[in-house]
Order: sequence, then structure tokens, then C-alpha cells
Amino acid sequence: MITPAVPLLLAAVLAGAGTYGVLARRHLVLVLVGVELILAAAGLVLVTVGQVAPDPLASGPVLTLFVITIAAAEVVLALAVVLALYRARGHVDAGYEGGGS
Amino acid sequence: MTSRDVLFIAVGLLTAASAVLAVTSRQVLHAALWLVVSLGALAGCYLVLGAELVALVQLLVYVGAVVVLVLFALMLTWEGAGSVDAPRGHRVLAALVGVGTTGLVGGTLVAAFGWDAVPVTGPDGAGVAVQVFGTWVWPFELLSLLLLAALVGAVAIATDGKDGPQ
Repeated sequence: MITPAVPLLLAAVLAGAGTYGVLARRHLVLVLVGVELILAAAGLVLVTVGQVAPDPLASGPVLTLFVITIAAAEVVLALAVVLALYRARGHVDAGYEGGGS
Repeated sequence: MTSRDVLFIAVGLLTAASAVLAVTSRQVLHAALWLVVSLGALAGCYLVLGAELVALVQLLVYVGAVVVLVLFALMLTWEGAGSVDAPRGHRVLAALVGVGTTGLVGGTLVAAFGWDAVPVTGPDGAGVAVQVFGTWVWPFELLSLLLLAALVGAVAIATDGKDGPQ
């Protein structure tokens, strides 16, 4: 027996923390940390609902596995873009204002 | 309040606290390390919920691979930003949006599922495996293509074409 509201509230907290991280950070890698937290919240909702709602297709855990894989592919590409940006511009600052170009 | 609830609250508090620290820490390296704690504790949450397979994949992929990648990227772009955080007014607005998101998502989900304790009826590892290689086999195979495309794309983006042997 479990109260599904508790994991769902944790997912809400993770989504809120991730949103704050995406909006309030200037270092682009730390912005990606926020994105990871939002994806973790999505996975937690999927697992919770998959465990408390009967489902012959097991879509909760399976879709969570898919989300984890897609998140890994996403973060690889995003970090490659961040590295390319660092080489081209010399900074990865989302709030960069100087330098002209 | 069942025993599973008590366990989940214990692990969940660790997850939530380290997630908040991961997005508020002023030291970039500490932020990445708090992300390790948060995602590792989230694997514990999956275990308490009874999804062992997802918990193990979360540990392998997130704590093992993604976080190491984030740490490497942080070390390569160490001096990349003038300051870690946005200005104060900007942060207050971001915190308002974050709290609003928490309220909206939490309110909607709790309204949908309520406060009643329900039995855990999820599939075990064997059931998940049967479905992955039965119902979900084509999306699953497509994921391997996606990973290959991400691998090739990352190499193409991160190298500028001038690094290879001339």
C-alpha cells in the first residue's frame, strides 16, 4: 500500500526546482542540470502512475526507460553544443552582455 | 500512512533537498555533485515504489554516465561564465515561476489521484521485459538509432573538423 500523492508531490517539487534552475542560472551546463531535474520529475510521475494503476502493457516503467534514454541522448548533444560554443566564443554565459559581437 | 510511505518520505526528502541545493549552490562543482545525490536518491525512490528495473537503469545511465559527462563539461568550461547565478531580481522572478510550477503540477496531480492509500500493482522485471520486447519493440529499436545519431552528432558538433590527422 502506498499513498500516490506523496511521490507525485515530490515530482512537483523536482519540476519546480528544475524550472528555477533553468531560469536562474547563467552557466549553460548548470541550465542543463535544471533540464535533467525536470526530466527526472517526468520519470517519477510515470513510474508512480505505472505502479498504482493496473496496466497490461506496463507503459509506466517502459516509458520511463524511454525517457531516461532520450534524456541521455539529449544531454550528450546539448553538452557538445556547449563545448562548441565555448571554443567559438570563449564563454558559456547565458547572461553575457559585453564583447560586442 | 503505510510503511512504504514512511520509507518514501525519507528518501524523497533527501531527493528534494539535494535537488534544491543542485539549483541554488554557488559553486558549479558542488551543484553537479548535488545532482548526483539527487538522481541517486531518486533511484532509491523508484526502488521504494517497486520498480527495480527502472531504479537500476536510473543508477547506470544517470549517475553513471550523464553526471560524469556533466562533470567533464563543467571542468572543460570552468571559467565559462562571469557569475554562476542571474541577478537578484531575475532570481526572485525565477523562484516565483518555480514555486508556481510546483503548486500547479502538485495541485493537478493530487487532485487527480487523491490522498487514499492504494496497493502497488506494478509489473515486475520479467513483466516489463516481456512488454519491452513485445508491445514496445519497435520504439525500443528506434531508440538504438536515436543513440547512434546522438553519438555521431555529438562528435560532429564537438570537433570542428580541423582536429583529425592531416
